Order: sequence, then structure tokens, then C-alpha cells
Amino acid sequence: MTNIAVLVKQVPDTNARIVISDDRVDLSAVKMVMSPYDEFAVETALQHREASGGEVTAITVGGASADKVLKDAKAIGVDHIVRIDCDSYLDSNSLQSMISSVINEIGAEVVYCGKAAADTGAGSTGPGIAERLGWASVSNIISATFSDIISVVAPVQGGNARISVSLPAVISCDKGNVKVRKPNVKGIMQAKKAQVDVKSASPSSSSISIVSHSLPPSKPAGKTYEGGAAAAEVAQLLRDEANVI
Amino acid sequence: MSQTIVIAEIAKGAIHPTTAELITAANALGSAPIVIVPCTDSTIADAAGTIQGISKVIALKSDIFAEYDASGWATAIDAVAPSGIIITSANPQSKDLAARLAARRNISVVQDVVAIEGGNLVSPIYSGKAMQTVSLGGDAAVSVRANIFAASPQGASADVSVVDATGDMATAVEEFLARASTRLDVAEANIIISGGRGMGSPDNFSHLEKIADTIGAAVGASRAAVDTWEPISHAMQVGQTGKTVNPNLYIAVGISGAIQHLAGMRSSKYIVAINKDADAPIFQHADYGIVATWEEALPVLQASLSAMMN
Repeated sequence: MTNIAVLVKQVPDTNARIVISDDRVDLSAVKMVMSPYDEFAVETALQHREASGGEVTAITVGGASADKVLKDAKAIGVDHIVRIDCDSYLDSNSLQSMISSVINEIGAEVVYCGKAAADTGAGSTGPGIAERLGWASVSNIISATFSDIISVVAPVQGGNARISVSLPAVISCDKGNVKVRKPNVKGIMQAKKAQVDVKSASPSSSSISIVSHSLPPSKPAGKTYEGGAAAAEVAQLLRDEANVI
Repeated sequence: MSQTIVIAEIAKGAIHPTTAELITAANALGSAPIVIVPCTDSTIADAAGTIQGISKVIALKSDIFAEYDASGWATAIDAVAPSGIIITSANPQSKDLAARLAARRNISVVQDVVAIEGGNLVSPIYSGKAMQTVSLGGDAAVSVRANIFAASPQGASADVSVVDATGDMATAVEEFLARASTRLDVAEANIIISGGRGMGSPDNFSHLEKIADTIGAAVGASRAAVDTWEPISHAMQVGQTGKTVNPNLYIAVGISGAIQHLAGMRSSKYIVAINKDADAPIFQHADYGIVATWEEALPVLQASLSAMMN
């Protein structure tokens, strides 16, 4: 029996256009979804439960609107859903301290998360909470098998390796070969009725602050050629102008 | 001026050239950095001492640096690094280490920095669809993307001190798995040539491979190509649900330039696009665009590059 936790985050649909107003990203018109890599984390957590027995708790941080991502996880099959209530900007330090305290509180022995959230792309949360908890961690795994220890496949310099990890541990999940299960009707019905366990945790002070958001600088227009023969000229420019060949 | 600490980037048992870029970034953020070289053989650290703009080099020697273990590495590095701003590269392993070190010190981490403006850090968010600028109110760990900052030049001779580190590994490598392909990985390449569904069939990727072999490039693919064709593996995928790459040169062939794909490669230094559709969005991001079918353009490109390399 293993007490398993999985971290999920609500992010803008990855196909959404990002709009800036008053120096801040404006997400008011954007559809919010579970961050894509978190789907692999949920799937891996459920496979772990199937192998070892136990229960899976999905945890998110956010305001009430983030309950949807928990309901989505519930519909796929997690047992418990927990939201750490917070609606303001958190730097990595504050966010991780809040999550770590809740992981301790629920007594999880292993935490799964996506390799990075689709909004920040940072990938700091998994290794960061592992350090705070004093746990092992492996990042960006592409497959896992479960016994007394967890055996994962993860990238190392020059290729992949099979790595053994003893619990407690934090494991972040890449896409890999995992096929993600879809919610069934029963799951969706259960998710509708499910209660979100709302917890509060006090963030530690933030040492960074956001100055502004902006659109990426648009690239000066490049040179465009018609016809395949121009590839010869482009090859010359790559060597003589760009100095990259 | 804040103390800065650069964690040297090690690849194939040597200091990676990216380290000299991290030293430039460190100088932009504070004082000349202390460079920590995690190693099993301290002689490799001598190559860091010749880079200009550093205060000293610490060769941090231990068997634990043979294979990456987040917990063991963070413990050992934390023990010798003074407080200050810690700077690493932004490859997946180094980002992981930066996050660990920051958490160990209860400080913030800022990942994937692509510019330093008046002491503030700029990094892409939403996969590069927007940029975020943050200010630091104290110490932090910062990972910096490759191929953006100029490399600090050679020509110095800083002191290199050797420190023996101890640490416990929390994970163990059981076996190295043979790579499905012996080709260069897109995450490690300075030049990438990628194909999309416009290549027509997975067999036609052999034309990309031929050019890749000529110029020492890796072969990548769009999500559409990976999802459509079994032989095109996910390891090749560049984009939001694949790898984010930052090479000196990115050649996109038969790729329309969906947001998904742009997210993974738009910060490449130079982008070449070959596509038969003149309206393909990829052309808006290309330094050099060729409106042509790949069948017309690739043989010419191949011949020209071959002639240059000889």
C-alpha cells in the first residue's frame, strides 16, 4: 500500500493565443486545461497504485477556478483531490514551501508531477520539493515499473538509462510511451459529486517580483527566395553572413 | 555587487563551451564569478581557469559526479558554494540542479533566462508566446539558455583549487540503454535539420539525414510528423510537447510552423525554412526562407554544403 500524490496545474490551452494588457498576460478569454505533462504524471501515479495498492491524492495550488483541474484528475481515477488555496503570484520558493508542507501533512511517500508546467516551462517544482522534503528525485522519466523500489527510464548524457529510486521520492514525467487513460462516464459522474479538500498554507516571502510581461520581440524580416535553386545562395549566406556553417 | 557562482557545464568529461557564456551572464548580474567544476578528475577544471572574467575556480572532485544524482550533487555543491547568485546552463539536468540548489537555500529559481536587462532577468513563458521580466530581491539560482550570451574570451589564468566532495547518491543507474538511433540528439546539437509532414513519407527523412551527416547536425521532427509516422520517434520531436532547442542553426523542411513547433525552436539563432507554401507561418520566423518543394531544394542544399565542407 503506497500513499501516492500527484501534482496537477491548470494552464492555458497550449493552442491558445497569449494576449498582453497593461504589461501583464491577460488570460481572461483563454480556455484553461490540465498542463499536458501532468496527464502523464496522473497516469503514472494510477499505474503505481494498480501495482502496489494504496491511494492517489491529486494536489493543485490556486483559487476556486482551479478546482476544475482536480475534477478532471478525479474523473480519470484519483482517490482524493486537494487544493491549496492561493490566488496570488508565487515564486518558486513560496510555491514549493506550500506544496511541501501539504505533502507532509497527507503523508505521501511518492510524488509524481509533469516535467514542466506548460505556462512557466520551468520544471523547478519537482526537484525543488524533493530537496525541501529531503527526498530522492528523478526528472523527465519516460517509463516506470513498480516494486519495492521504482525503476524508471530517464535521459542521461548521451542517451537513456534505467535508474532505480527508493521511496520516498519525487518523480517528474515526460511524454514517453505512456498511453494516458481517458475518463469514463462513471468517473465523470463521481468527479461531479467529489468534494475538493481545500487547505491553506502560508507562503514564505518571495524574493523575486515580476516587472512586466511582454510579447516576444518580433524578428526582423528575413530574406525569402523563390525556387529550390536558391538553396545554393542560402548555403553561402549561412557560411559568410551568419557564420554558422 | 552580488557574489556570483557559475556551475560549469560538463559534457563528455570536459568543460563545455557554454560555460564561457555563463561567465558572461554572471558578470552582467554581479561580480566576476567563482566557477565550480563538478568532476571526477580535477584536471578538467584547468580549462575553466583560462576563461576571462572569473575570480577563481573550484574543482569539486568526487565519485558522485560520475552520474547525475540531483540530491547528491546539490548537497556537495551547496557545501562549497558561498551565498550569492548561482548560475547554471538551462539544459534539463542543469535546470534540475538549479531548482535543487535554490530549494536547499530557500531562495528562488529563475529558469531559461535569455536576456539580462538592467539587472532584471528575462525568460520565455507560455513556451515563448510571451516573455517575463523579473527583478531579484536577493540571492537566487538562475539557469541561462545556451547560444545567447557571448562567450567570455580565453586568455586568463585564474587559480584552480581542488576540493574533495562527499555526498550520498539517492538514485542508482542500473544500466545504460542503447539508443534507438546512433544519430546526434537534437537536445545536444548546434545545428538541427527538422522535417514535418511536408516530407511526404518517413523514408524521405533520409534526405535530411544526408545533410545532417554533411554538416554535423541532428535530425528533428515536428509533432505532426511524429504522430503520423511510426518510424519518426518522439525523441526527435521539437516543440511544446517535445524538446525545446536553441541551436545556432535550425533548418525546418516541410514544416508549416504551428505554435506547437515554434514554441520549441523560435529562439534558435538562425532559422532556415524550406516550404512549398509561401504563406506558411514558419516564414515569419525564418532568417532565410526558400519557397520550394523539398525535392527541389534539398539536393541543391546538399551539394552546396558538401562543396563547402570539402
